[in-house]
Amino acid sequence: MYEIRIHSRGGQGGVTAARLIALAAFRDGKHATATPFYGAERRGAPIVAFARIDENPIRIYSQVMNPDLVVVLDRTLVPVVKVLKGLKPHGTVLVNSGHAVTLDHQRVHHVDLTGIALAEDLVIAGEPVLDTPVLGAIARLGVISLASATSAIAEMFTDPRNVTAAERAYRELVL
Amino acid sequence: MKVIATGNYAVAEAVKQASPAVIAAYPITPQTEIVERIAQFVTHGDFPCDYIPVESEHSAMAACIGAAATGARTFTATSSQGLLYMHELLHWAAGARLPVVMANVNRAVGPPWNVWADHTDALSQRDTGWLQVYAATAQEAYDATLMAFRIAEDWRVLLPVMVNLDGFLLSHTMQDLETVDPGSFIPPLHLPHAIDTGHPAAYAPLTGPKDYYRFRWDMERSMRDARGVIAETEEDFAGRFGRRYGMTSEYRCEDAEVLVIAMGTLAKEAEVAVDRLRVEGTRAGVLRIRWFRPFPKLDLAGREVVVIDRDYSFGFGGVLAHSLCSTARIELYSVIAGLGGQEVTHGDIASFVRERKDGEEHWFGVKDDV
Amino acid sequence: MAQIPKEEHILATTSACPGCSSSLSLRYILKAAGADTVLVIPASCTSVIQGMYPHTAVQVPVYNIAFAAAASCASGMTAAFRRAGRETKVIVYAGDGGTVDIGLQALSGALERETDFLYICFDNEAYGNTGMQRSGSTPLGALTTTTPTGKVHPKKDIDRIVEAHHPPYQATAISAFPVDLYRKVEKALGIRGPSFIHLLAPCPTGWRFPHGKTIEVGRIAVKTAAWILWERIHGVLSVSAPSKGPLANPLPLEDYLGMQGRFRGIPPSLMERLQGEIDTRRREILGEAGES
Repeated sequence: MYEIRIHSRGGQGGVTAARLIALAAFRDGKHATATPFYGAERRGAPIVAFARIDENPIRIYSQVMNPDLVVVLDRTLVPVVKVLKGLKPHGTVLVNSGHAVTLDHQRVHHVDLTGIALAEDLVIAGEPVLDTPVLGAIARLGVISLASATSAIAEMFTDPRNVTAAERAYRELVL
Repeated sequence: MKVIATGNYAVAEAVKQASPAVIAAYPITPQTEIVERIAQFVTHGDFPCDYIPVESEHSAMAACIGAAATGARTFTATSSQGLLYMHELLHWAAGARLPVVMANVNRAVGPPWNVWADHTDALSQRDTGWLQVYAATAQEAYDATLMAFRIAEDWRVLLPVMVNLDGFLLSHTMQDLETVDPGSFIPPLHLPHAIDTGHPAAYAPLTGPKDYYRFRWDMERSMRDARGVIAETEEDFAGRFGRRYGMTSEYRCEDAEVLVIAMGTLAKEAEVAVDRLRVEGTRAGVLRIRWFRPFPKLDLAGREVVVIDRDYSFGFGGVLAHSLCSTARIELYSVIAGLGGQEVTHGDIASFVRERKDGEEHWFGVKDDV
Repeated sequence: MAQIPKEEHILATTSACPGCSSSLSLRYILKAAGADTVLVIPASCTSVIQGMYPHTAVQVPVYNIAFAAAASCASGMTAAFRRAGRETKVIVYAGDGGTVDIGLQALSGALERETDFLYICFDNEAYGNTGMQRSGSTPLGALTTTTPTGKVHPKKDIDRIVEAHHPPYQATAISAFPVDLYRKVEKALGIRGPSFIHLLAPCPTGWRFPHGKTIEVGRIAVKTAAWILWERIHGVLSVSAPSKGPLANPLPLEDYLGMQGRFRGIPPSLMERLQGEIDTRRREILGEAGES
């Protein structure tokens, strides 16, 4: 089983990102689940979302304690939330950032999702859309195929800029 | 069609297939997505329906009763406080013999406010005359909702059915879902006592001590007949759509020396605990209770039992534990875990089994046990 | 005019969305009320805004209560305080869903019994805590998650309903004019018996505008007379200063609706109807205020 934990703030699309990952993995022919962990609806609060991918049906509902991949959509969460908690020793970290991020871990990759969203004019109610471009980055990490990532995005969103942004993130991810 | 969907969306999809004529809707976390999705379907014209955005849950059930009384198929969804606010009308819908179907997304009861998974809400309604089924996957939530309409509307039953799914854990978790075209699986509803101005009658008038009890016995008789209707319906469902259910769902129980008994997603995750225990040499199995009302007849003789209650009845004990004690007449280890969304992992469940003490009750997370 | 006290009764950081009208308003309401106050709060945004156990952002006692029960809970609480000789102020702070829908029975009863309390309805025109579903207070034509093509029924007129109970004090207010709100709360608490303040709370999350624009949206609401500020003391109506100009010469309604994503695509016919309702209301208020 491959487990992903996504850190974001309410309204940034962390939960949608988890759902898109699950949908893409499903299109890749795998079993997948996506769960948010939050309470009453509210913008700006730190939230966590989980995605699990497996060849077999997934029977686990409890939180992802030892992720293989941690995604941080909002860098300002790093000092506030223990984003690396439980990360597997050979696990991967992906941070939304325009420059390299130093964390107490080996494999930290970054991609400027915010920059890509703004450049593609992918902005809703003043906020850059992060949940679709991040899927491209995750595909580049080999977790899901790019084809399934873009088809999942197209299934959920009509605006083609979402796919363009994802493809950019795929190319621009810095390993 | 194979899709991926949350438990809430799965229920909404099934409701769309069942095509109720009237749906009453009121928001409450974590059920809200069900009524929102249905609002989209209805606005889009996916099925003909009067969608009534009522001003409270009490009114939601009242509206369902009014609509159902005319012979219309109805649906609503709620959780926790909303379910409790409907309480007297839950009694009413059942006593009025109306086949209302309701999805309840299990959530803890306040105070203090808590929006996470807990079974106290639905279990505290166990005396109302509603049938209750508990789903553990999005697929099951979908299938159970479809079957609920057919079971409720069967003339041998004519009692309302509550489909339960764990708040957030199931309601908001996306999983595989195969949707079906029910075809003739849910026949049209013909309510024998539907309001008919051509044949007027008084509904639920004042009834004296000489007669009242006979109406209550009639309800119980239907509740007993429901077991057979459930079996038939699930058999037909399996034949048409390939998925088989039952009053309970068993995992590695055949040669089990100790059974973990629970409801909802906890029971599904317990399967992972059982696999681990088996590797350790303990012959464990999971007996997941699906239908809580009518309560299944179980033979647990010769087994040790660890029951997990995601609920509690103060001054008494876990509702599931006591239901089992009284019907199956056994000593068991009662664990109270998962209240208000308390995190319970397969690792924790395995510990419950390893640490079991027959006849005792253990509150997970609490240091001093009484 | 007395100064607004510097003392704060709510912490600068709450769990509110950025740009929330409610936490801004609560700050001024509590300044007017002072420390000897209990807030009775039914399920609402405030249930979340106050913070999660073991923290609270509010420095006066907050009594959380079931959705339908705020006004009746306050009735009992006030009766008990007064019987014990305590003048503690009891303020119900409820959303529109909890007031005009599920809480209406309790409110009506409390008003009819002339309960000595202040009831403030902060109206973000939807069920905010659960993610912005339509309430009876959602305006005609507004998009919400349960009215995906716009609400087809008009906004329930809670002010007329409350007026029919003849409370000694009744007013409207808005987060964009906090001093006006402060003065009204002060006045309301100085009058024995029930007071009702209908507080419009522009909500960036639900009304779909950038969270830095909350005050601007509120000001435009007043300038277009979509929201009119007034108070009614022992039945006598007076128009509040910010609404005097707009009553006579309002900006076009489009200026207000155009700022909000929830009115995107509203058909001209509905816009006209809404404009018509505003014009009618303006005439009524001008007429009544003129008479007094």
